Amino acid sequence: MPETQPSSTPVAAAAAGGGLLGSTDGAAAAEGLYEHGLEVKARSQWAYARKRFLRHRLAVASLIVVTAIFLTGALAGVIAPHSYSQIDLNYFFHAPTVKNAHYFGTDQLGRDYFSRVIYGIRTSEKVGLVVALLSSVIGLLVGGIAGYFGGWIDNILMRITDLVLTLPALPVLLTAAALLGQGNEWRVTLILAFFFWTPLARIIRGSFLSLREKEYVEAAKAVGAGDFRIMFRHMLPNSLGPIVVNGTLTVGTAILVEAALSFLGFGIQPPTPALGALVNEGQDNPQAWWLTVFPGLTVVLIVLCVNFVGDGLRDALDPTQRRVRA
Amino acid sequence: MITYIIRRILYSIPVLLAASFLIFSLISLSSDPLAQLRANPKFSPDTLAHLRVHFQLNRPIPVRYVYWLKNFVLHKGGDSLLTNHAIWPDIQRVMGHTAQLVLISELLAILLGVAIGVYSAVRQYSFFDYTFTTLSFLGFAMPVFLLALLLQIAFTDVYLHWHVRIFYTSGLNNPGQGTWSLDRLQHLALPIVTLCVISFALYSRFMRASMLDVINSDYARTARAKGVPEWKVIMRHVFRNALIPLVTVIALNVGAVLGGAIITETVFSLDGMGFYFVDRLSHDDLYAVMGWLMITSVFVIAFNLIADVLYGFLDPRIRYA
Repeated sequence: MPETQPSSTPVAAAAAGGGLLGSTDGAAAAEGLYEHGLEVKARSQWAYARKRFLRHRLAVASLIVVTAIFLTGALAGVIAPHSYSQIDLNYFFHAPTVKNAHYFGTDQLGRDYFSRVIYGIRTSEKVGLVVALLSSVIGLLVGGIAGYFGGWIDNILMRITDLVLTLPALPVLLTAAALLGQGNEWRVTLILAFFFWTPLARIIRGSFLSLREKEYVEAAKAVGAGDFRIMFRHMLPNSLGPIVVNGTLTVGTAILVEAALSFLGFGIQPPTPALGALVNEGQDNPQAWWLTVFPGLTVVLIVLCVNFVGDGLRDALDPTQRRVRA
Repeated sequence: MITYIIRRILYSIPVLLAASFLIFSLISLSSDPLAQLRANPKFSPDTLAHLRVHFQLNRPIPVRYVYWLKNFVLHKGGDSLLTNHAIWPDIQRVMGHTAQLVLISELLAILLGVAIGVYSAVRQYSFFDYTFTTLSFLGFAMPVFLLALLLQIAFTDVYLHWHVRIFYTSGLNNPGQGTWSLDRLQHLALPIVTLCVISFALYSRFMRASMLDVINSDYARTARAKGVPEWKVIMRHVFRNALIPLVTVIALNVGAVLGGAIITETVFSLDGMGFYFVDRLSHDDLYAVMGWLMITSVFVIAFNLIADVLYGFLDPRIRYA
């Protein structure tokens, strides 16, 4: 709990209940409390969400771990002991050792695997975060327009969404990456983003369909607000929870799929180090287990933590929508 | 019900056509079927221009799509650019191998997933439950290729160190061995385990959640109040109802299993659908890739259909207008 509480627990609970129940009850409760000489602290919905998230210990721990990993990746140039392409002829195809900082060993060219994994994290996090952001924007626009306007626009947009959902994902992404990707990380990112917007589009459509019947939307219309102002100023903040949760989980999925594409040789190509491609180097050298284990476990750790954070966020922001969880 | 099924089947046809058109446009707009000839100095620009007209490559995409579809239907999936033969005989061969792999691993995953899901729900928050919860979260985060590769490396190293062959780590058969032999099982064991783990994580988690939804429902309480023994309540009242949503999940999971098969078969060099696809894609054999995608789309859409129909069939609470 971040703030100190001046009041005793039952009173705080009453204030909290008042805050949740709506303005009149809240105001009445607040007045009652003032008479007793107690202070009422206003808490926003975000404060409640933060409190709920911080109670989820596994999610908080995962957030710390994943932040640390992503910071390591972002500061790869500072943290990595070697460059990702630098060749160390004294340690050629060497098992993990503390000597010369080859903590994860070296590959058959004598390149330091610890540094390559750190640069690989940088690539993965870029792909994951940008895909999550871009696909959220696309999903938001498609779902928002479909849900807000309804009618034939909704029909067309949702049929397209269903169509993209029925395509066999990995083979289509492999084909697109092979023909359009050119091994470039930004192209691969764009391809993934254009595939991952469907779940959010469905969620937002559902949420906008119900929100557009609300009184405050009617009020905004009555004072002459435009369609897009209503959509983005009034309705969007009310569906921010599912957007954040879905975006977080997309980071994990995108990192996994990008790793699979790069592993099969159709994703990001050398010299850019990608975790999937690093794992692949282990396939030709079964004796050199470190080539597979370290980049592979890094992917597992990132995705595991991102999933836990997403779960915690879901509990905090979106209590109505529960996924299969612990 | 019958009218619903018929309507649902009829609806699948335009979906399939739209999906195949999307795939065709994606591939046609981003590639050149004559690329390999263009790189060959023996072909003059005149010849190439002639071939372009001859193969209708100068026509607009929708027209080319109709030609391709006609060819796909009438000529056994259309010709491959690589071999110049129809792709269907090849697909038929590899499909059998993939079916063997996928069916065995899915069967295992369903049996294990249901058993462990039910037990985790009945003993919620027990040590057993926590263990498998942790394992399934690991399963969700584990890339298929990593699991496949770790198993492969482990068993290769076992062989290299102690010269014992427990499981083979690549290929489908030793020479002279058949489809249902111990040798095939030794080859398929590791791919089966890989695919099984990925599906199992999903099924056990889903089964557990689905059981917990029903375990405290009114009719389960009624059954308990009547004096029905607890195991009977679980097996007859809870379990059967909890199974219904799982059927849908299994049917909709076919796309993910296909993706898993692509990766697993590539790692273990199994001559299956996925291996074929990756092989043809890396050789720029565009028409084989298109035909392959078309055939797998048929499967995925068919399983979507089965999921919808089965759901209504198993759950009498759902009525279709």
